[in-house]
Amino acid sequence: MYMFKYVSKRLGLMLFTFLIIFTMCFVLIKLLPIPTNALPGQDPEIVMKTLEGRGWITNIQEGENGVWTYDRVPIFIQFGTYIKRIVTQGDFGIVTTYGEYLNMNIWKVFVSHLPPTILINIYSTLIGVPIGLGLGILAALKKNKWQDQVINIFIILLISVPSIVLAILIQYLFCFKLGWFPLTMSTSNEYFTWDVFRSMIPAVFAMCLGSIAGYARYTRAELSEVLTGEFMLLARTKGLTKRQAIYHHAMRNSMVVIFPSILSEFISVLSGSLIIEKIFGINGVGGLYLNSITFQDYDFFMLLSGFYTLVSLAAGIVIDISYGFIDPRIRMGAK
Amino acid sequence: MDYNINNIPAEKFQFASRNDLYHDSKFETKPVSYFQGAFKRFSKNKGAVVGGIVIAVLVLFAIFAPFFTPFQPAYYDMSYAYVTPKLDLFANSDIGFWDGCRMKTTSKIGYLKDRALAEETGREVIKNGEYTISDDGSNYTYRYDTYYGVGFGKYKIISPEEFSDIQRYQNETGRQVLYPVVKFSDRPTLEKNKYDANIYYKVENLSAATLRPKLDNKGNIIPNYWKYEAGEENSLIAEYNSLRIEGENGIEKDGTRYYYAYGRRVDGGIEVRAEYYEYYIYQHNEVKKDGIKEPLFLFGTTQTGKDIFACLAYGARFSFIFATIVAVANFIVGVIWGSISGYFGGKIDLFMERFSEILGSVPTMIVITLLKYHMGTSSQALVLFIAFFATGWIGMAGRTRMQFYRFKNQEYVLAARTLGASDSRIMFKHIFPNGLGTIVTSVALVIPSMIYSETSLSYLGIINLEAGNTTSVGTLIAAGQQSIMANAAYVAFFPCMFLVLLMLSFNLFGNGLRDAFNPSLRGTED
Repeated sequence: MYMFKYVSKRLGLMLFTFLIIFTMCFVLIKLLPIPTNALPGQDPEIVMKTLEGRGWITNIQEGENGVWTYDRVPIFIQFGTYIKRIVTQGDFGIVTTYGEYLNMNIWKVFVSHLPPTILINIYSTLIGVPIGLGLGILAALKKNKWQDQVINIFIILLISVPSIVLAILIQYLFCFKLGWFPLTMSTSNEYFTWDVFRSMIPAVFAMCLGSIAGYARYTRAELSEVLTGEFMLLARTKGLTKRQAIYHHAMRNSMVVIFPSILSEFISVLSGSLIIEKIFGINGVGGLYLNSITFQDYDFFMLLSGFYTLVSLAAGIVIDISYGFIDPRIRMGAK
Repeated sequence: MDYNINNIPAEKFQFASRNDLYHDSKFETKPVSYFQGAFKRFSKNKGAVVGGIVIAVLVLFAIFAPFFTPFQPAYYDMSYAYVTPKLDLFANSDIGFWDGCRMKTTSKIGYLKDRALAEETGREVIKNGEYTISDDGSNYTYRYDTYYGVGFGKYKIISPEEFSDIQRYQNETGRQVLYPVVKFSDRPTLEKNKYDANIYYKVENLSAATLRPKLDNKGNIIPNYWKYEAGEENSLIAEYNSLRIEGENGIEKDGTRYYYAYGRRVDGGIEVRAEYYEYYIYQHNEVKKDGIKEPLFLFGTTQTGKDIFACLAYGARFSFIFATIVAVANFIVGVIWGSISGYFGGKIDLFMERFSEILGSVPTMIVITLLKYHMGTSSQALVLFIAFFATGWIGMAGRTRMQFYRFKNQEYVLAARTLGASDSRIMFKHIFPNGLGTIVTSVALVIPSMIYSETSLSYLGIINLEAGNTTSVGTLIAAGQQSIMANAAYVAFFPCMFLVLLMLSFNLFGNGLRDAFNPSLRGTED
């Protein structure tokens, strides 16, 4: 019961935070001048009517020399209209200035760009977590021996070398010099064919190196601390072999800390990495976000910033809550 | 047996033995303060010391390198795009490295063209004139000088004043800038070849797309200069007579003296063949006077002909200054916020925590984008500063708050309070100095992450610092990544190297600091 209360309290708080951020973003965006310039080949009247139809402006009139005048709708009424449309119709607006997707439904464009981002991240998590945990466990068990030293150097290097540099190095070495993979990811929609998968490999590789180092470091620290615990001594004293003691006692205890971070990484796979996406030309959400900034497509920006905020909030909350579920010693919210 | 314990006469006391007289001996050693101890521990950590030295070198580079290079981040010269790194010292030796050359594999025609350029200008376009031919004789491989290989570029149209000024310059310095031109009717006919000033020789087929130099029976190139008889008063030639370079007496052939024409009058000026290397020196030394002595790019140039060394130096300088300012601002605000929140606790703490939690959950990317929309593109450095400040101080505040929670209930704080110390005195005289080590360490660790964020934002193109006379390492890396396809890996190499060194050394340095200030935390996180 405590647990339920705690979880619902945390969720409520998260929703509250999200709403504040989202509203702030909306207000700040709406304080900007409305981009009413028609793109080449667009009828200004249609542009103005579209904006009026979206509920952003009202009272439009064509004046002399094709100059349009209009009144702005108060921001809170705009916000009301916006939220209402999202809740009742799931309508986040249409693309107004992002040339490539002009007049398309923003939500549909967004959803169509999700798969590459998510796939790359899932692959990299699937590869990164086992290797990272494995290295970390090895290092902890062989603490201060040469295996540990080697893994430690590897971890320090991977953590210190920024992902931009790693990704460029991988692209240069494997894609350009050796020619094993294409330079950028294929834009094909058939994500589960060999060709597309092959073009994803460098990006996945670049992505998982960082998480391998992170997990290895974390696991090593946790496990080596647990291994020195007194219950480990007890386990050995009561006759368990070293292997049994490590499997049943040390590993489980160290997982209490490691598992939540894996969970949260699974949540944040949604948002991906802007840098990796840019370097390997991945047609994902990151590119969409960068372009929506360049094109000043405000509705697009609203959707994407809401998305990014939600993902980062959710990843944070998952860590907190999963502690309570995994570790029986922790009863969150208990008095 | 009743003893009057309170009144034992003094003479009753005597030493059991003389040897029982002990004095605490005075410490021979000097007292070691917290910071002295920390410094001692830090110096023992080799990795951290090396990290510190590397950081110092990088900082010195960022401070002084901009003074030593005449180039600016805004400088660019498309003619010298993608020239490779060159160090004067190595260029004049035979070390075959860092000499402005790159390996070039080309067909025989390409080789002949480079050789022709070398023969005319007397420069080592082909390093040492050495080359290897592939087994089937089709490919020539040699070290190609990217500076001299630019050659003449296109025919250049200059004003008559500039022409006479170059003549004066040539006479004064004895350096040859202008070379004889080829008669217009003798030039190749295709538009793309017609203005190619590197072709001064006879070619086999004037209308071919790929020009094949005509060779004499010794295998040499035959110059195709425009010459006219000395003293000839031809109406066409007279006009060009003045374009003869003084003191240059042409050639004598069958008893007749011929002069070379060094220019051709066209609309808007005089069309000349100027060797770009010398022309560049003339331009920068005589006309622009901007301190650039000669084309010598220590780290090479990018695809737009920017000097990588200057860009890196200015970018690094900006990064360091920027990170330091933000770190100081974050430190001040974070410490004040965190100490109030941590010291007073309770409702104040709860409220302040909520506030910073909400602010902290806004992704930095969104803050930057919103600021960028509102502040326009003119003040990008300010946008960066506000965005990093807006979310950056929260971490610092959290850390300070932790330290305050750790110390605020300790006995010495209670003692101070009992003695009537005010809240602010307890906070900043008693608690804060104890937490200072940890807090300073976190500042040291925050600087590289800030530089990295700034770099990635510039890399992504969200922030563009090129508007002011500076640039960012990230912009350079972006240029470098595009250059991979052009086989110019050195463009990415130097900025990447800088970033890697910076991150690595800051990590080592920061870990060393942390271990030094908190010996109890040693090894728990790495």
